Amino acid sequence: MSAHKIAKSLLLTAAVLLTLPLLAVAQQGESHMGKLTGHSDAGKQLYFRFCWGCHGFRGDGSGENWLATGNYPTQPYLNIQPRNFDAAVFKCRSTPTGTLPLDEDLYNSVGRGFVMSNMPPWISLTKQQRADLVAFIKSFSPRFKSEKPGDPITVPAEPKLSVESIKHGQELFQKLECWKCHGPEGRGDGPSASTLTDSNDQPIRPYNFAVGSRFKCGATNQDLYKIFMTGLDGTPMPSFADVIKPEEAWDLVHFLRTLQVTHKSPELALWESTKEGAEQIASRRVSGTPTGSGIKQ
Amino acid sequence: MRAKLISITAALALIFAAALLHARAGGGTISGKVTYEGTPAKPKPIDMSKEPSCAKQHATPITTETVVTGPGNSLENVVVYISAGAPDDAAPSEPATFDQKGCQYIPHVLAFQVNQPLKVINDDQTSHNIHPLAKVNREWNKSQPPGTPPIVDKYDKPEFIPVKCNVHPWMHGTFAVLKNSHHAISGQDGGFSLPNLPAGKYTVTGWHESYGEQTQEVTISGSETKTVNFVFKAKPY
Repeated sequence: MSAHKIAKSLLLTAAVLLTLPLLAVAQQGESHMGKLTGHSDAGKQLYFRFCWGCHGFRGDGSGENWLATGNYPTQPYLNIQPRNFDAAVFKCRSTPTGTLPLDEDLYNSVGRGFVMSNMPPWISLTKQQRADLVAFIKSFSPRFKSEKPGDPITVPAEPKLSVESIKHGQELFQKLECWKCHGPEGRGDGPSASTLTDSNDQPIRPYNFAVGSRFKCGATNQDLYKIFMTGLDGTPMPSFADVIKPEEAWDLVHFLRTLQVTHKSPELALWESTKEGAEQIASRRVSGTPTGSGIKQ
Repeated sequence: MRAKLISITAALALIFAAALLHARAGGGTISGKVTYEGTPAKPKPIDMSKEPSCAKQHATPITTETVVTGPGNSLENVVVYISAGAPDDAAPSEPATFDQKGCQYIPHVLAFQVNQPLKVINDDQTSHNIHPLAKVNREWNKSQPPGTPPIVDKYDKPEFIPVKCNVHPWMHGTFAVLKNSHHAISGQDGGFSLPNLPAGKYTVTGWHESYGEQTQEVTISGSETKTVNFVFKAKPY
C-alpha cells in the first residue's frame, strides 16, 4: 500500500469516527411517538417561550413563577413545584417505578396537563410541537443518555364489571391500606394525609376521589390501573405491582370509580343499584347547594 | 506431559489462591471510637397512636433515631468506611437485609456495596411503603403490605440514600451504598473496626446523618492496628 493510500484510508476512518458520535447525538436529541419524531432544537425554541417561566431556565423546576422575587420573597406563586427535569423523575409513566418513562408518557403529560396544579393541557400546541418539547425536555437530564426507559407494564383487557368485582375492590382498599392516605371514603383525608411530602419536601395532598373525575395521569380506567401499578414517582404514592395480581387491580379500579360520587360511571350506577352501595353513595353525596336550598329542614 | 502441565497449573493456582487469602485474612486493622462534643438534641418520643398494631409492640414509646448517643459521649449509627485508597470490591452475593418491625427500620442505617442485593422485609401487621429518596441512583417507591414477599433490589452507584415510609412519617432510615467491603457502623459504645486492610494509604470517612462527614488519612503497614477516632460537633437542634 502506498503512503498516499494509507493517508487516504486514515482520513476516511477519521471522518467516519468523527461523524459517528454526531449521529448518536442526533439520535439523542429526538423523541419518538408512533409516527411522530420530535426534535430537540425545535423544542428548545418552544420551551423558552412557553415553559421556562415555571420549569426554569435550567429545567430544574425553579422558574420565576416558583421562585418569586420582589414583594413575595418567601411566597411562591405556585403551590405545587413544577417538575424538575434534571432529576428525570416523572409521575405519569407506563413503566415500572424507578424507571424512565416512555417518550409517549411525556408527550401525553404535556397534552393532558395536571389536574389540581398549574400545568395546563398544552393542546394549543400542535402534536409536532409537543413532540419537539419532549425531545428537548429529555436533554435536561443525563439519564436519558445513559439509561433506557423501563419496559411498559402490560394492562390486560378489562374484565366485565360486576358487583363482586366492586366488593372485592373494596376489600383490597381496606387490606392495602389505601385509606391511610386517601381516607376511608376516598376524600384524601386519611390519618397520614396531613404529613405527606413529595421528594422535594413540599407538602402534597393525596387524591380526593369525591370531587371531579380526572386523575393526575388521565381519566380512563386504564389510566387509573396504571397509576397504582406504576406508582407516581417523586410522590408518596407507591407502586403496587409486586403486591396485587392484574385481576385484583381491575377490581380495585372498579371500586375506586364508586368513590367518585359526583362522576357518572357504569361502576357507580351498578353499585348504586345494590342496597349496600345505594346507602353508601347517598351518605357520601353532598346534598343541597351552597345557598342552602334543597336541604331538608 | 499433559497431566504434568495440569498438575503444575493446579499447584500454581493453589499457591496463588493461598497468597490471596493470606493477604485478605491478614493485613492491618483500623479501629476506633466515634464521639460527639457539645449538646445534642434530645431524642423525641414518637407518637404511634395512629398505628395501634405498632404502638402495642413498644412498652414505652420509642424515640427518634436521628441522633443516638451512649455513655461517654459515644455516637451511634455513624458509617465509617474507606473512601479512597482501597480498590472497588466485587459485590458479595449475600443480601443486606432491611427490616420493618414495630414501625421502625432495623437497622436504622444499613451499609452495603454497589450491586449487592438489598432485601427489604415487612415484619409488621400493617402496610408500609418503602421509598428510598435516591438522587444519583433511581428513585422508586413500593408498597409492601403484611405477609408479602421481600422486595429485592440493588443500586449501581455509591450514594447515601435517605429512606422513608410515607404512611408512617416518623420512619426514617439510610441506605449507605459503598464501593468496597471496608465499612462499619459505630455501635452503642461508638466503636468500629475495619479489619483485613492490605498495607497502603487510606482515607477513612465517618458519615453521620445529621452531623455530616469527616475524613482522616491513615497509613497501614503489615498487620498493625491503627486507632482512628472521630469527634463530631453536636447540633442542639
